[in-house]
Amino acid sequence: MMQKKKDFSKAMPWISTIALFAFWELVVRLFAIPEYVLPTPSASIIMGWQFKAAIWMHAVHTLYTTLAGFAIAVVFGVVLGALVGSSKPIYTAANPLLVGFNSVPKVALVPVLVMWFGIGTTPAIITAFLISFFPIVVNVATGLATLEPELRDVLRSLGATRRDILVKVGFPRALPYFFASLKVSITLAFVGSVISETVASNLGVGYLMLSASSRFNMPLVFAGLLVIAAMGIAMYEIFNIIERRSTKWANRANPTN
Amino acid sequence: MSKSFVELSNVTLRYGDDADLAMDTTNMKIAKGEFIAVVGPSGCGKSSLLKLVSGLMPPSDGTVIVDNKEVAGPLKIVGMAFQNPTLLPWRTTLENVLLPLEIVKPHRNLLRKNKAEYIDRARQLLATVGLEGCEDKYPWELSGGMQQRASLCRALIHEPDLLMLDEPFGALDAFTREELWDILQALWMRKPFTVILVTHDLREAAYLADTIYVMSKRPGRILVARENTLARPRDQETTFTPPFIDLVHELRSHIRDVRAA
Repeated sequence: MMQKKKDFSKAMPWISTIALFAFWELVVRLFAIPEYVLPTPSASIIMGWQFKAAIWMHAVHTLYTTLAGFAIAVVFGVVLGALVGSSKPIYTAANPLLVGFNSVPKVALVPVLVMWFGIGTTPAIITAFLISFFPIVVNVATGLATLEPELRDVLRSLGATRRDILVKVGFPRALPYFFASLKVSITLAFVGSVISETVASNLGVGYLMLSASSRFNMPLVFAGLLVIAAMGIAMYEIFNIIERRSTKWANRANPTN
Repeated sequence: MSKSFVELSNVTLRYGDDADLAMDTTNMKIAKGEFIAVVGPSGCGKSSLLKLVSGLMPPSDGTVIVDNKEVAGPLKIVGMAFQNPTLLPWRTTLENVLLPLEIVKPHRNLLRKNKAEYIDRARQLLATVGLEGCEDKYPWELSGGMQQRASLCRALIHEPDLLMLDEPFGALDAFTREELWDILQALWMRKPFTVILVTHDLREAAYLADTIYVMSKRPGRILVARENTLARPRDQETTFTPPFIDLVHELRSHIRDVRAA
């Protein structure tokens, strides 16, 4: 009985995806929505298949841009998060700046980046970085700052230095927070790189979609969207698996995870 | 009484410059190897006392002397256990118990070389509190009482001269609590270390301590220092003898007075 239930839950994501596509297909056909407004998923997939070489090339480029920006965000986010989370003065000083910066729409920064770095890959990497580092900073800082006061007392009364506390307790304790932020962050990085590619690039899925829409090839635009979504899901799932493997202790409450 | 190991002279404490007193003029002398308990109504600054003695918090006035030295910063030798076991969930029980040895000098420098020896020591200690076979389990696989035992081991593994206990058995059921009293008493009798136990359980204080201090409502002050001369080792039977019952009775009336005041 239990076994049956578990198998069912594993199939759920596929069932829901297929259901969504079926619903979409049905609505478009039923209301005879013209293709230049909303193409059917089947038309999008077929179009994607026809352009598979181009899509592959652009998708690889987008993936590369995203991962590069994301990698910078991880390094930067961990360092800044460690600083912010382990020192009250730094937290107080940096917090309004971080929140303010995070509130700026990153698409507004792309023209600035283009002025500085020219059109192409560099502004896309930087946009991906800018949009994705914030959750990492916040989560790492939270993980470090929420250390139980009793535990801190135990360690301090043993003669532990700040560094001891950070290494023995702070970082291991912040790990689940960190991994949770990676999942959010990687999907945001896709948003950043695709925005920048759309505005100022001649490579990547964002550019592909822009040029397809200028030729009214809506199925190809949607094929691009589906590819981005698929890459996002794949990356999210990879970090989800890494998270579960490396911080088993934090997921103990939910063994089905 | 032998020369005191911990001495508080005219100590007061207030949080912040203008705040009310958390602890009023307090004087205390604790001998080396003495087991004392502090009881009092909640919020009377019992836990502040622990922080003062361990140097985690400086007194606003007066001096705290431990081992002939005035306390100026966190002492580096203190074992601590709280109501919340605060074990690290990513470490096994054994690794949790070994934690202080990774921090306290000189052990931290010897740990790598003498790993086997230290692990042996931790296993023995775990065995004495009845955690044999749980060494490789994670804290969340242990019951509350077992976690508290492990927490006690962590507080004692580096053989501290001073052990601070802040309601360590407060969250446990009565049977487990009394079993842990016996374990703590046995560990202490084997090789006496100085213990400051903060509790609101008067039976616990009467069972374990040599001297019981009753604190007033906030601002905390020591009202009564009651010697407890019941013979050791004390056991379950002791708790049913008239002297024990009288002692608890007496403490209870002190607390009643304090609360009424």
